[in-house]
Amino acid sequence: MTAVSATRDEPVSVREKSVAPILEIAREQVLDRGVGLTEQQLVEILRISDDDLVEALELAHQVRLKYCGDDVEVEGIVSIKTGGCPEDCHFCSQSGVFDSPVRSVWLDIPALVQAAKETAATGATEFCIVAAVRGPDIKLMNQIKFAIDRINKEVDINIACSLGMLTQRQVDQLAEWGVHRYNHNLETARSFFSEVVTTHSYEERLETCEMVRAAGMELCCGALIGMGESIEQRAELAAQLAALEPHEVPLNFLNPRPGTPLADQQIMDGKDALRAIVAFRLAMPHTVLRYAGGRELTLGDLGTRDGLLGGINAIIVGNYLTTLGRPADADVKLLVDLNMPIKELQKTL
Amino acid sequence: MTPTELPAGTVYCGHCGRPVVSGDDSNTSHPGCEQRLLMEPPRYCVDCGRRLKVQVTPTGWTAECSRHGQTIS
Repeated sequence: MTAVSATRDEPVSVREKSVAPILEIAREQVLDRGVGLTEQQLVEILRISDDDLVEALELAHQVRLKYCGDDVEVEGIVSIKTGGCPEDCHFCSQSGVFDSPVRSVWLDIPALVQAAKETAATGATEFCIVAAVRGPDIKLMNQIKFAIDRINKEVDINIACSLGMLTQRQVDQLAEWGVHRYNHNLETARSFFSEVVTTHSYEERLETCEMVRAAGMELCCGALIGMGESIEQRAELAAQLAALEPHEVPLNFLNPRPGTPLADQQIMDGKDALRAIVAFRLAMPHTVLRYAGGRELTLGDLGTRDGLLGGINAIIVGNYLTTLGRPADADVKLLVDLNMPIKELQKTL
Repeated sequence: MTPTELPAGTVYCGHCGRPVVSGDDSNTSHPGCEQRLLMEPPRYCVDCGRRLKVQVTPTGWTAECSRHGQTIS
């Protein structure tokens, strides 16, 4: 990562000599006209040389600044129901199908409200309540309703939810209760999906995403890369996400979890992770592109900085659902150092 | 071997749950596991090796052993 940062100081004339043709195309198509790259063009981005990576990151940053602005959306996430999930997502330590050390546990409402308060104190405008379930049952829906009421009374923050696959009635209820944004990830490309999930289909995920958007909630639909998918499948995923036109795309990098089928998967190369960030930004110039799980392991501190200067315009602060993140104040300080203001709260309820 | 078959004083790794050093409580995890524990909460009780009930929140975590109680970070 240091090498990537260091070469940014080279004279422009030197850099211009090594610019890949796809970057010139992206400059005209994405930066000038706001049109995302196609799947085939994204393959070329994902294959750019190390020498062109600095230029690619700079271009992605310019695209982000032009179409999204300079502010950064900050979010905190918490699990209301951890572990014991009946689904077999091969990357997930919360699946009850595998021999994972993660035990099933529920968070009570007072603790959930406290987590929302702590998240808001970091400057975050988004608080996402997550449950490890195939889809919510009546008990969980009732708890979510109660939690939303309590948080809205006590905390000034937008509430998002991630509760798995929904029925139309559940979508309508969440929208009525004022859920600002709903997260349901595609995770990986359609052509790779059956390699990592067998208990539900890619199409089922798409159905929930489409219902969420039709109900007027903002759609948060993300990716998990580094699971063994090919470069072409990574490009396919970015193009499939772009076609969904989500408001936000959280970008996760695999953190291989003990006991899961992907426990021994090699951690993704940091430069490939940066290439993916560039590709996702150039595929979706207008979308909130959020750093999510695995960035600490894959990219480290310097990589986090490179990504924020390479297309990322949102972060999850603090801990994740079952693993720990960087301290929230470290990320907030980084944003100050980069002169990137935290996005202010705009209640949509 | 189950936790109860090991001698008293055995310390268990908070990351993988396997014994660390019998009778020596100066080490509470294996070298590789120690690094992992910087980025994730413990999953096993260091006193008995049982799996913990762990709740992670944005700013901390709690881990509860059915025999040895709760640890808060």
